[in-house]
Amino acid sequence: MHEPQPETVQIHINGKSVRVATGSTVAVALTLTEQACRISVRHEERGPLCAMGICMECRVTIDGVPSRLACQTLCQPNMDVRTHG
Amino acid sequence: MASVRQHSFDVLIVGGGPAGMAASSTAAAHGHKVAIVDDNPSLGGQIWRGRSFSSASKRAADKTAAAWYRKVQNAQITHLSGLRVFDSAQAGVLLAESQDGPNSQYGQWELHYRKLILATGAQERFLPFPGWTLRNVLGAGALQSMVKSGLPVAGKRIVVAGSGPLLLAVAAYMRAHGAQVVEICEQASMGQLAAFAFGLLASPERILQGMQYKLQLLGTPYRTGCWPVAAYGTQRLETVVLSDGRRTREIPCDYFACGFHLVPNVELPALLGCHLKNGFVEVDPLQQTSVPDIYCVGEPTGIGGLEQALVEGEIAGLASTGRVEQAQPLQRERKKMQSFTERLEKAFALRPELRRLPDAQTIVCRCEDVTFSQVREYASWRAVKLHTRCGMGPCQGRICGTAGEFLLGWNANSVRPPILPVRFQTMAVAPAIQEIKSQNG
Repeated sequence: MHEPQPETVQIHINGKSVRVATGSTVAVALTLTEQACRISVRHEERGPLCAMGICMECRVTIDGVPSRLACQTLCQPNMDVRTHG
Repeated sequence: MASVRQHSFDVLIVGGGPAGMAASSTAAAHGHKVAIVDDNPSLGGQIWRGRSFSSASKRAADKTAAAWYRKVQNAQITHLSGLRVFDSAQAGVLLAESQDGPNSQYGQWELHYRKLILATGAQERFLPFPGWTLRNVLGAGALQSMVKSGLPVAGKRIVVAGSGPLLLAVAAYMRAHGAQVVEICEQASMGQLAAFAFGLLASPERILQGMQYKLQLLGTPYRTGCWPVAAYGTQRLETVVLSDGRRTREIPCDYFACGFHLVPNVELPALLGCHLKNGFVEVDPLQQTSVPDIYCVGEPTGIGGLEQALVEGEIAGLASTGRVEQAQPLQRERKKMQSFTERLEKAFALRPELRRLPDAQTIVCRCEDVTFSQVREYASWRAVKLHTRCGMGPCQGRICGTAGEFLLGWNANSVRPPILPVRFQTMAVAPAIQEIKSQNG
């Protein structure tokens, strides 16, 4: 009935490929690989704070679309994620 | 290219957490056209987050979740996922923008409704302290959400701090996922909590729940009257400093999960003109707000947790589809829960020492990097926005505004559309609503 799900999914963060468990959000992929989501007005590195789409700290560029929320976006095969945008 | 999509429903529910799931499956039971609109990829809100639960599970909480997912699946409900509601075009019409998943065409959605049920949930309250902007300092519920969405924490050292029953749930969850929970730090005093625990005798399920946490947390210190004063690290967190008002301790850790209980998400209810009382949406015994045909359920009406959210959802589902009599037994149940909500609020009331958490250089508004010294001289939310840009960034004051309410007494409840940042293309396609009006008129 269901197609067997691959257990991991590969995405690209700033051109580098990263493999995470299927069902992981982009915020998880960034935290796991110890990368910041964005650089603040005063040049601080920032990562997720609320993880529920409210604080907007995790906004990144995904497949060319800026300001997408990493915490509410699931990793899809070959997704292109750009941080610090 | 942006486009406008129009859909009409008898009952529209905003928010796909437990309250919204209960409301929608109850409303849909009698053939009404029902939809849930939610900004997340899947149903379940922050607590269930679309994970799979088994009805054969030994845990009562898992069984409850499984039962509600099944009810929603069996009902005829349209689930609009990944859509953020940002404005109300006129009475009976909400505007939403797609952002994720299969609906990712970044168009505007017009959602027409006869009855609206607001189940917008709550967020954690964050209080600024030196170092809170470092990476790996997150909300307590936030770290749990990250783990639920795939973040492995096995072997990681985690300090859980802040306030509220959520801290215990989060710590137990982290332990179950192999993390080393170094300690749990609750700002409320033992005296405050003891009064709360005594009141719990009225509600046996909650005591059981509490004991389960205790068993799972064996060996993890639960310190009351203790709060965070700083976090250190180079870009990323390395240590946190905790205080009990007399002495401080510095503890190394990988993640700092820190949230000060919950605040309701009332932006949309406020935008729609629903009357608020003490920061919560005022509802009658049928969950109706002050605005005709608009109901509100779950945390926005009072921080009462899962069981209350489910009951309120069912009541609104029945009331919005004209089955008021069937709602009566549920109303009695809800009334019993109300006192729990009130006790919860007292037990976890924030101590005044927390107003001194930020120092002059601590960033209060993370979007615009506005410091405490820049904002503390302003007595009103309006003034601080005008003069410092605090609260003017993409989160629109959801983080700094709620902090400022406690720290400086701001009233940050004034809302203006759009209530969330919206793409320019989405805003540029507004006229469709006028066409419908002229066709109907």
